[in-house]
Amino acid sequence: MEIKALIFKLAEKYGRKRENLIPILQGVVQEERYISDEAMVEIARQLDISAAQVYGTCTFYSFLNTKPKGKYIIRVCETIVCDMRGKKEVISTLEDLLKIKIGETTHNKRFSLLKTECLGWCHKGPVMLVNDEVYTELTPEKIRNIIAKYKENIN
Amino acid sequence: MQSKLKRVDFIFSSNEESKKVLLKTFRKTREEILDELITSRLKGRGGAGFSTGMKWKFAKSEVADQKYIICNADEGEPGTFKDRKILDKALFKVLGGMAIAGKVVGANKGFIYLRGEYKFLVPQLKEGISDFHKLLKNELDFDFNIEIFLGSGSYICGEETALIESMEGKRGEPRNKPPFPTQYGYLGKPTVVNNVETLALVMMVCQVEAENFKKLGIHDSTGSKLFSISGDTPKSGIYELEFGMSLIDFVEEFGDGDTKSVQVGGASGFCVPRKKFETTTIGYKEDLDGDSLPTGGSMMLFNSSRSMYNVLHNYLEFFTNESCGQCTPCRIGCQQLLKGIKAIKRGDKSEEYLKQLLELTDTMKLTSKCGLGQSVANSFSSIVENFREEMIY
Repeated sequence: MEIKALIFKLAEKYGRKRENLIPILQGVVQEERYISDEAMVEIARQLDISAAQVYGTCTFYSFLNTKPKGKYIIRVCETIVCDMRGKKEVISTLEDLLKIKIGETTHNKRFSLLKTECLGWCHKGPVMLVNDEVYTELTPEKIRNIIAKYKENIN
Repeated sequence: MQSKLKRVDFIFSSNEESKKVLLKTFRKTREEILDELITSRLKGRGGAGFSTGMKWKFAKSEVADQKYIICNADEGEPGTFKDRKILDKALFKVLGGMAIAGKVVGANKGFIYLRGEYKFLVPQLKEGISDFHKLLKNELDFDFNIEIFLGSGSYICGEETALIESMEGKRGEPRNKPPFPTQYGYLGKPTVVNNVETLALVMMVCQVEAENFKKLGIHDSTGSKLFSISGDTPKSGIYELEFGMSLIDFVEEFGDGDTKSVQVGGASGFCVPRKKFETTTIGYKEDLDGDSLPTGGSMMLFNSSRSMYNVLHNYLEFFTNESCGQCTPCRIGCQQLLKGIKAIKRGDKSEEYLKQLLELTDTMKLTSKCGLGQSVANSFSSIVENFREEMIY
């Protein structure tokens, strides 16, 4: 969908007040994986606020990407308990499989690999999120299967 | 060996019973419910520990055309995962607590501020809320509407005023207090922000009544508490225990036999070394000897194979990432502490530099705007003072 049409649709759905801004931004991320400058300006126009205010909000939240991201965003928990339970191995396995480093996106725009803070699964660490899905008690074997599943999932 | 810790089974008990409790409670007056809650001495379970009854009383006394009840489900403290399970398994109690709050305070709108990391819970929450709305309408004739607001990945939004800013579509930067949210909250209206567990425990107070609730726990730490237990323990998971336990009893039950320290209250809490297990109580200060540590329920155990330098380094990276950047002491302080401990470890700075870093945390405690910057000192000083050699060598 063209970005202007998407934003119009989201503004109709959530409303055009300042307090509707975050749901609209989340809607854009859901569809586009990130919020482009163009999208920010359009949202500002729809909500009748300045683009600087939209930019301010976007750049505050770690889930509101302002740079292009892959279809599947992998977030590995880096907080202490997951760290103790093998975060490093999780990251190196993912880097090996995807041939990218933390913070990067694969060439085919399929995967982005990021670190994140405590995901709330310390008793089942190490954990990662793939988009909204949680994967717990990760092992290299498990990670290979998960990634294979997402690689096959072509649409 | 017989465990010295007293298990409680309320939060995850049958939701059928909770429905009866809700119906019963709604037959009482607002004042009766409030009195019961204040008498119970229930304190907020997010970690700060403010009296829930008093918070409601403040909001109730405000005159406004609109008031709000917000359930704070932005659980982000490292080592905490209880709220996720409550929402998953005991949603009815949370919604019940919100409706009771709505009745007492005079609010007809509620929100659950759910952290973005828990988005997978949304479909089941929506279903539960929709059933709950029907119950309120059909059996209680009470107009109260609950919506979910999804966060977007920010620890600081668990701070109630940052949470409100975030709901208003702004950067999640904490406000100055006062005015408190009970006076000037969401969209400038009186707002009660309660933790998920607190709201569920409101139902417990209503079910067992204040006097019985107070029988659980020690002194000022009344009732039960959910603990999120992780780290070097064979029994990690979520446990509902009587509040006000001794740390030594806790370690005996949950330790792996080689526990070197316990981090109570997550990265913003305190690190207790082995030699202080005996004299430390998990609960609020009043009437207790020795150290007492309030907590949101995060208990992380470390055994002797762990480097406390790595632990502190991890916490400081966490705070550096999650500081909202609004006030200088916290923004710069976190970065400098992280740089500082690295420099000492590398040998670029002498060990005397630790003293300067401790002074910096004192400054942060005094001058930071919100709990994030103020509480960095907790873990920093408790780790540095108790494990000084590990910081240097």
